[in-house]
Amino acid sequence: MSGQTLYDKLWNQHLVKQRDDGTALIYIDRQLLHEVTSPQAFEGLRLANRKPWRLDANLATPDHNVPTTVKERAEGNSGIKDPVSLIQVQTLDDNCLEYGIEEFKINDPRQGIVHVVGPEQGATLPGMTVVCGDSHTATHGAFGALAHGIGTSEVEHVLATQCLLAQKMKNMQVRVEGELGLGVTAKDVVLAIIGKIGTAGGTGYAIEFAGSAIESLSMEGRMTVCNMAIEAGARVGLIAVDDTTINYLGERPFAPTAQQWEAAVADWRQLVSDADAHFDKVVTLKAEEIEPQVSWGTSPEMVTGISGQVPDPKAALDETVQRSHARALEYMGLQANQKITDIRLDKVFIGSCTNSRIEDLREAAKVAKGNKVADSIKLAMVVPGSGLVKRQAEAEGLDKIFIEAGFEWREPGCSMCLAMNADKLGAGEHCASTSNRNFEGRQGYGGRTHLVSPAMAAAAAIAGHFVDVRTLPANDATHAQEA
Amino acid sequence: MKKFERFEGVVAPLDRANVDTDLIIPKQFLKSIKRTGFGVNLFDELRYLDEGQPGQDCSQRPLNNEFVLNQPRYQGAQVLLARRNFGCGSSREHAPWALEDFGFKVVIAPSFADIFYNNAFKNGILLVTLAEEEVDRLFAEVEANEGYQLDVDLEHQRVITPSGEILEFDVDEFRKHCLLNGLDDIGITLQDEEAIRSFEAKHRQQRPWLFRQPA
Repeated sequence: MSGQTLYDKLWNQHLVKQRDDGTALIYIDRQLLHEVTSPQAFEGLRLANRKPWRLDANLATPDHNVPTTVKERAEGNSGIKDPVSLIQVQTLDDNCLEYGIEEFKINDPRQGIVHVVGPEQGATLPGMTVVCGDSHTATHGAFGALAHGIGTSEVEHVLATQCLLAQKMKNMQVRVEGELGLGVTAKDVVLAIIGKIGTAGGTGYAIEFAGSAIESLSMEGRMTVCNMAIEAGARVGLIAVDDTTINYLGERPFAPTAQQWEAAVADWRQLVSDADAHFDKVVTLKAEEIEPQVSWGTSPEMVTGISGQVPDPKAALDETVQRSHARALEYMGLQANQKITDIRLDKVFIGSCTNSRIEDLREAAKVAKGNKVADSIKLAMVVPGSGLVKRQAEAEGLDKIFIEAGFEWREPGCSMCLAMNADKLGAGEHCASTSNRNFEGRQGYGGRTHLVSPAMAAAAAIAGHFVDVRTLPANDATHAQEA
Repeated sequence: MKKFERFEGVVAPLDRANVDTDLIIPKQFLKSIKRTGFGVNLFDELRYLDEGQPGQDCSQRPLNNEFVLNQPRYQGAQVLLARRNFGCGSSREHAPWALEDFGFKVVIAPSFADIFYNNAFKNGILLVTLAEEEVDRLFAEVEANEGYQLDVDLEHQRVITPSGEILEFDVDEFRKHCLLNGLDDIGITLQDEEAIRSFEAKHRQQRPWLFRQPA
């Protein structure tokens, strides 16, 4: 019998009950809550007269609707001008207060995007099961945790029972072997993976990312990779525990106490796939072949290297793909065979649960330093992932670098990744964005999103169009990944 | 949840792959704290020619007459015929809430995204996965025949075309059982309360750091 994958181990450690009909009850260690997908779950509990099973498993923070401008944020909830958004944030506050769930409110320095806050607090630990009513919950898999994005009915189910009703997924391993080139980041790696396997390539699988290029990534980089597992169709992304994981966790508020630490670390060391574990599917990429990526279409799989060009829809092999490429080009206002470096931009967004951590901001700041945002750019904004990331960046002087270069330095939140607050694209505007989705209308009605790394976004802000960060003078982006 | 009963319904074809949940229900409508009322904004950006706002009276908005759900022949459709990877993207349950509120009971496609798949069944929507060739054929038949209806029979796991052709599909036993009986997942899980409590006690003992709160 073959060994176990990391996913198998995590599954087995949390299996409460396997039912005859193929479904299983999985115990959930941590649930993260935000304002958008939780109100109906609390309402459901109330209507059924049920109580949360274990309060201390939950941690809440508002992120999707919060304004990111300094002036509005200074006013707390009353700075939320959209009355519908305001009700949603207040409802989260009310529910957390009523049930006694810990919440980092709008102006708590620990507030931020749930997927930045959880790891930062040590509220995400190796060996945990983590859920959140948000598809980017896969982020937490970077710690060797089994993290699922779930719907609102499931949020209610976990609140009421501390369990998730699940079916075991298949195992996929995506190996990235070799050394990443200078200026090539975790974001480029995951975009290249999605470009290769497609947005449904991981459907039904838990993907474990492995190989020397993955092992060489920092925790921030690993979170970026796992974050976008869902863009490859996989609900779960995972990376094995190693020294990098363990070193990140020491002294975080929710991390084990000194007395528990050694036992915890010994346990975490087991969170790797066995050498003889069986994967149902294995995909391998060569790190050396990955160049900085830019998405050109309306699905994350519509992506290419910076030296590439917009594809000709007629060249696609199947008719469904031909039509979707043609429609994407029309929506994006791009021509077949247009060079990626010829795409001109209107706005630049650096932020989101994919790329708003300290390392991301450092990479972008290295490119921005001493440069100016091009006159043709209407808005270039940097939105830190949490209040603590913001504080750290300011301690390092990154805010000054951005402001001097002409970027706006904002308050933490999801912001223009999905434009539920006031940060939006106008119709037809092209945006270099470090977020995760380039769907039609995602960043604003008629908006046109191009997914890139933080360094590529900063470089595009300065040039006014896409440029290859690897061609910038030394001491800029080419050394960004050494940070 | 209502019990899912056998029915015959008009089929509307949405000929587009990778329909994401942002397209099914755009983000501005996610600000509602209710579960109902999303139907008028289903496929908002495809259905209307202007940008929709929450709470707006949609009857006054300009319609995109090209869009399939605005065409007279597909009014009252209860079955949505779609292409591969339907429901990809965000975990928003507002997507199935919008489909259900609009009147869809079934979506047929060659494949569905995982989270959407779960969310749909939890809201009484049956997702039928058929082979790509079968879906191609249904598209051709629906487009060629106005008023085309399918007979959807979950109990026997089949859809029957007007010509009597039977297309069988797989569905897992638990989801089928819940749909047919209109059962609430939470109630079923709480029947295992003892098992959960005893697991939790053992888990806490083995890995106490997973239960730790900051001082």
